[in-house]
Amino acid sequence: MQREYMEFDVVIVGAGPAGLSAACRLKQKAVEAGQELSVCVVEKGSEVGAHILSGAVFEPRALNELFPDWQALGAPLNTPVKRDDIYLLKSDAAATKIPDFAVPKTMHNEGNYIISLGNLCRWLAQQAENLGVEIYPGFAAQQALIDEQGVVRGIVTGDLGVDHEGKPKDGLYTPGMELRAKYTLFAEGCRGHIGKQLIKQYRLDANADAQHYGIGIKELWEIDPARHEQGLVVHTAGWPLNDENPGGSFLYHLENNQVVVGLIVDLSYSNPHLSPFDEFQRYKHHPVIRQYLEGGKRISYGARAICKGGLNSLPKMVFPGGALIGCDAGTLNFAKIKGSHTAMKSGMLAAEAIVEALAVGREGGDELHNYVKAFEDSWLYDELYRSRNFGAAMHKFGAILGGAFNFVDQNLFGGKIPLTLHDNKPDHACLKPAAQSPKIDYPKPDGKLSFDKLSSVFLSNTNHEEDQPCHLQLIDPNIPLARNLPLYDEPAQRYCPAGVYEIVTQESGEKKFQINAQNCVHCKTCDIKDPAQNITWMTPEGTGGPTYPNM
Amino acid sequence: MAILVIAEHNNAALAAATLNTVAAAAQIGGDVHVLVAGSGCAAVAEAAAKVAGVAKVLVADNAAFAHQLPENLAPLIVELARNGYSHVLAPATTNGKNYLPRVAALLDVEQISEIVKVVSADTFQRPIYAGNAIATVQSSAAVKVITVRSTGFDPVAAEGGSAAIEAVGAACDAGVSSFVGEELAKSERPELTAAKVVISGGRGMQNGDNFALLYAVADKLGAAVGASRAAVDAGFVPNDLQVGQTGKIVAPQLYIAVGISGAIQHLAGMKDSKVIVAINKDEEAPIFQVADYGLVADLFEAVPELTAQLG
Amino acid sequence: MKVLVAVKRVVDYNVKVRVKADNSGVDLANVKMAMNPFCEIAVEEAVRLKEKGIASEVVVVSVGANAAQEQLRTALALGADRAVLVESNDELGSLAIAKLLKAVVDKEQPQLVITGKQAIDSDNNQTGQMLAALTGFAQGTFASKIEIADGKANVTREIDGGLQTVALKLPAIVTTDLRLNEPRYASLPNIMKAKKKPLDVLTPEALGVSTASTVKTLKVEAPATRQAGIKVKSVAELVEKLKNEAKVI
Repeated sequence: MQREYMEFDVVIVGAGPAGLSAACRLKQKAVEAGQELSVCVVEKGSEVGAHILSGAVFEPRALNELFPDWQALGAPLNTPVKRDDIYLLKSDAAATKIPDFAVPKTMHNEGNYIISLGNLCRWLAQQAENLGVEIYPGFAAQQALIDEQGVVRGIVTGDLGVDHEGKPKDGLYTPGMELRAKYTLFAEGCRGHIGKQLIKQYRLDANADAQHYGIGIKELWEIDPARHEQGLVVHTAGWPLNDENPGGSFLYHLENNQVVVGLIVDLSYSNPHLSPFDEFQRYKHHPVIRQYLEGGKRISYGARAICKGGLNSLPKMVFPGGALIGCDAGTLNFAKIKGSHTAMKSGMLAAEAIVEALAVGREGGDELHNYVKAFEDSWLYDELYRSRNFGAAMHKFGAILGGAFNFVDQNLFGGKIPLTLHDNKPDHACLKPAAQSPKIDYPKPDGKLSFDKLSSVFLSNTNHEEDQPCHLQLIDPNIPLARNLPLYDEPAQRYCPAGVYEIVTQESGEKKFQINAQNCVHCKTCDIKDPAQNITWMTPEGTGGPTYPNM
Repeated sequence: MAILVIAEHNNAALAAATLNTVAAAAQIGGDVHVLVAGSGCAAVAEAAAKVAGVAKVLVADNAAFAHQLPENLAPLIVELARNGYSHVLAPATTNGKNYLPRVAALLDVEQISEIVKVVSADTFQRPIYAGNAIATVQSSAAVKVITVRSTGFDPVAAEGGSAAIEAVGAACDAGVSSFVGEELAKSERPELTAAKVVISGGRGMQNGDNFALLYAVADKLGAAVGASRAAVDAGFVPNDLQVGQTGKIVAPQLYIAVGISGAIQHLAGMKDSKVIVAINKDEEAPIFQVADYGLVADLFEAVPELTAQLG
Repeated sequence: MKVLVAVKRVVDYNVKVRVKADNSGVDLANVKMAMNPFCEIAVEEAVRLKEKGIASEVVVVSVGANAAQEQLRTALALGADRAVLVESNDELGSLAIAKLLKAVVDKEQPQLVITGKQAIDSDNNQTGQMLAALTGFAQGTFASKIEIADGKANVTREIDGGLQTVALKLPAIVTTDLRLNEPRYASLPNIMKAKKKPLDVLTPEALGVSTASTVKTLKVEAPATRQAGIKVKSVAELVEKLKNEAKVI
């Protein structure tokens, strides 16, 4: 079909740290080079920050480079990290505090800040707009615009006003638009749905290890001022997870008597009965955690998958006409559990490469080899190289031995131990059959520290227009009941942190796989973990999804 | 000083919401006068005179007030209010909400909308943000103009008083508006958000056909039928029946939740109901934590029995 | 015919608000804001009147902080021609807003003013009626249908238990109810075009309007949580309780 179109020099998909840093850098460099440069950012959330969810302890290295005067510009970095406490939780009650000297260096946070990444993105968006970037929240990039030569020429935004059968709604149908660009940057975050297609189409992962993921579930709490210690960072490993089903937790003391608390569960977990959501709920009852939360009030809830494969899993980041940046590529540093500064840096490097390319008269549509080169020469590459073994070691050797390896690698070799560990088994292939896995009896939520899924989703302010095509597509609609249910007791019921997937027993006794797409918090876990790789996460109508404040 | 309550009526009968409004006036303290403005509304005035606690009934019987058009009614109330009333109260019905702000503006005061509690003669509580917060507000106005949410106040007795009836008000047709017609859905089911009784079904209904059980009860009670999102998502009923966070917000006198677990998304749409009844076979269902009356039972037995007992 | 539409910037309807710990109000820090849904319906109705050739110009006005320009831009993207912001950082009451709107009405001389029936934050449901009182215009509140003909607006109103139709002499004020229409989406090209449409900024001082209020908010609290009541043993007991104890049937 013939669509309306607009032309820009650069189109960026996603207003997260990578996309917004790229946008700012493009404009800064264009001014330096005396070039006119049009930059457009589309964002599927209803506003910038609405879909941003991160811990977050933030390392300001990339921000220092992007806006050296960020303090004067009022960047929301208000809470410097004061202390790092790390605990190994041995059971639901016991814990050992890890002495400082035994902690891998990458887990030290002097000079870093506890922030809301959503608020940092809101601020970055203001800076970008001040620099002349056009940002359009509420518009989802539905697909890449790829020409007959296989060159990415921009994106197509999603149609609005389409009913659940895919038919245009009377008086409401608003067709999507082509946003054409010389170069298109994809900054959708972890498991971006276009990024996934591009990686497949251009075989960008041909020389990379399988990507690895975690699901991070996070809550924001307002706690008793007497229990609050602004600047305190707490990390835990161990209970309620284990080597077969690994992960770790965080609890950060922000300003205003608020803390964020979260659990990251490795999506390589093997027990299909495991429910990351319920693990997180029970984890909050551990004395180490409840000492802070007791008497407090939960304010917000959300979840998001993270890419943690690091350098070994990093795909080729360029293709004709564009590049993947940030977590869409997978630049998170798992040894530090930080991806914001790395995402920002990758966006800035791509932006610099684009301005450079346009300055020498390139007309777009080609590969940004100079981005790859600049990446390899940057501190970002060095950092990721040093951390390349961290996740694989934990996965291969478990928390204790893997932790020891990481201590030796990070503290004695500075990450340059002369061997590289590979972990090539994709997360979706890690589940064991339900029959061979112990059932897990999760405690009932108490309504004070722990809660059920639906009241949690309630706090994510999630909504989708009700009458629209289901954005969670099954390649084969029979697989959930015919295969996943008998084999794995359909794990989607449990790995989804928003209660989107249910097995409903009907009056006749027949079972039905129900998808409550309206609840979806856009974490992408289903797309990653479904053992049959049968679920495709598509963008719903723009503005749909969570509306996170301060996350 | 006295308090003026504007009666809600249809020229034939006094509407029950007036009794809740008189109750709010009684809590403020002072003589309660009731204004019956209408056309051919003598019976209403007589009914108002019998309401417990009413000291005086003012009747403005004139064709200009037949449909209580705000353009005509507001000047009448303003004139009365200026002559010695400390408060003017009206029920927060669509009618009261229509004319009373017009009165407030003409008196150069803010209206205090939909109070649910009287703290003192000048301080009131009212829900804001769709009931997600309760504001305590204080008015410095010479005449306090207030609409009253009926679920916040138990009605006074309709009988027992013997107030004097006094005619007031000259004809006052502002000449800018006129009544064209009215379609009252008398025989049909009331609109969900306006219904005094709502009966809703959840996923426990099993399918759309079983909603017929609820319609049978609704017919007996003059109730509207609603549904939880789970029932809508399961395809039992269309989305316009949905009560809850992403559906309609209702606050009826009686809300009957049938086969609804009571997720917070649903509670957000009905928690301000005056009386909540839950019928569910799962005694652990969260709906019982908010229900005034809970019945742990198989709905397929209990609901037909309820229909039968309602005669 | 010129149509004036008043819109308000409010917290997005998807956002669950939270009362601040000090009970001074609700916490709106970094919370998504949007155009009040009823106001969006008002804009849509005005734009439809223009598309039908009944309205010649749609002017949209908001009273509030500078950030309300965002919502005015949205209204422009939906099809309004021109915008006016009466800028004030104070928390204004409905009466003050009605007075400011009256000043704008005096300047603009519209034949029809459309507002939302209420804002989803303060839930007052009074600004439109107050504006009608101050201008002396007729009012058609809670409209589910508007027809303009022969210098009159026939407005169908949603009332308790049904619908009422009134004829209003123009100029008149109409406030919108949910079923009046379903607002369109602002398309990307229209959002881009809206950036170039005129937007004037005025102040209460310049309009010569006092914004004093007769109401002050003493505190804002979370609503009391409902307590579980009793379990009845039978349908008969339930009916008996509803009749004699709760007195609701």
